[in-house]
Amino acid sequence: MNEIEVAQLALQGSKALGAGIAMFGAIGAGIGLGLFLGNYVSALARNPGAAGEMGKVLWVGIGVIEAIAIFALSVALINLFV
Amino acid sequence: MAEEGSFHIDPISQFAINPLFELNIGGFNLAYTNSSLYMTIAVALIGLFFLIASKHRDLIPNRMQSAAEMAYEGIAGIVRENAGPEGMKYFPLVFAIFFLVLLGNILGMIPGSFTYTSHIIVTLTMAVALFIFITLLGFSIHGTHFLSRFLPPGVPKVMAPMIFLLELFSYLVRPITLAVRLFANMMAGHMVLKVFAYFALGLLTSGSITLMAFGLVPLLVNVALIALELFVAGLQALIFTILTCVYLRDALVIEH
Repeated sequence: MNEIEVAQLALQGSKALGAGIAMFGAIGAGIGLGLFLGNYVSALARNPGAAGEMGKVLWVGIGVIEAIAIFALSVALINLFV
Repeated sequence: MAEEGSFHIDPISQFAINPLFELNIGGFNLAYTNSSLYMTIAVALIGLFFLIASKHRDLIPNRMQSAAEMAYEGIAGIVRENAGPEGMKYFPLVFAIFFLVLLGNILGMIPGSFTYTSHIIVTLTMAVALFIFITLLGFSIHGTHFLSRFLPPGVPKVMAPMIFLLELFSYLVRPITLAVRLFANMMAGHMVLKVFAYFALGLLTSGSITLMAFGLVPLLVNVALIALELFVAGLQALIFTILTCVYLRDALVIEH
C-alpha cells in the first residue's frame, strides 16, 4: 500500500467518523421528542376534551423538533457523500 | 463506495441545476434552469387548479370546487388563528406561499423530478423577502414603537441592554431558521431516499441469492420512507405557513 492509498483510506474513515459524530445532534432531538410526546400524552389523559386544540400544536411541534435531527442528518450525509 | 466497484453511491447529483437554455443580460446569468421549470410548473398547476375549480361556483360544489374551498378555508383558519383577524388582509400572500412550498415539495416526490425547495437559495429568498416585508410592515404600522417589542416591560435597567440584544438576535435569526428548516428537511429526505435506493439496487443486482433476499429490506424501507416524505412535504409546507402567520402577528400586534 503506498502513501496515497493510505491517505485515501484515512479520508474515508474520517468522513465516516465525522458523519457519526454529526449524528450526536439527533440525541437532543430524540430527548426533546420524548419529553414533548410524553407530556402530550399525559395532558391528553388529564383532559381528553382538548385533543382537537392540542393536535395542531402537536404536529407543528413534532415538525420543529424533528428539524433539529434533520439538520444533523444532512450534515452527516454531506460529510459522507459530497 | 461499493465493494464491487460497479457503481458509486451518488445521492447529490439529483440536486444539480442544469440550464435548459442560456440567457445572459448585462453580465448576469439568467439561464432558465430545471429549477425555474419546476417553479413554472408549480405556479401553472396552482393557477390552473383554482381557475378551473372556481369556474362554475355552484351552491352545491362539485369535487374540484369543494377541494378548492377546503384549501381556502384551511389556510384562512390558520391565518385567523395565528395572525389574528387583522392578518386576513395578508391572506393572499400566505395562501400563495403555502401552495408554492407545498407544490415544490410534492412535485419533488415524482421520480426523476426536481425539488426546488431543496435549494437553500430558494427557501432563503422566500424567507428573507417575508422577513423584510414583515419588518417594514411593523414599522409602518407602529412607527418607532415597533422597537418596544425587543424590550418587554418590567425588565430591570441593568438587564435591559442584554435582553434587547437577545431579543434582537432571536428576531434576526428567524429568516435563517425558517429557510434552513425547509431546505434541510427536503434535502436530507431526498438524500436518504436515494441512499436507500442505492442500497436496494446494489444488493438486488449483486447476483448472489442471499444478498438479493436481503435487498428486499432496503426496498421495503424505501416504500415506507416515501410515505414519510409525502407526509413531511405537507407538514413542512404547513409549518412554513404557520410560522409566517406567527411572525406576521408580531408585526401587526404589539402585546404590551
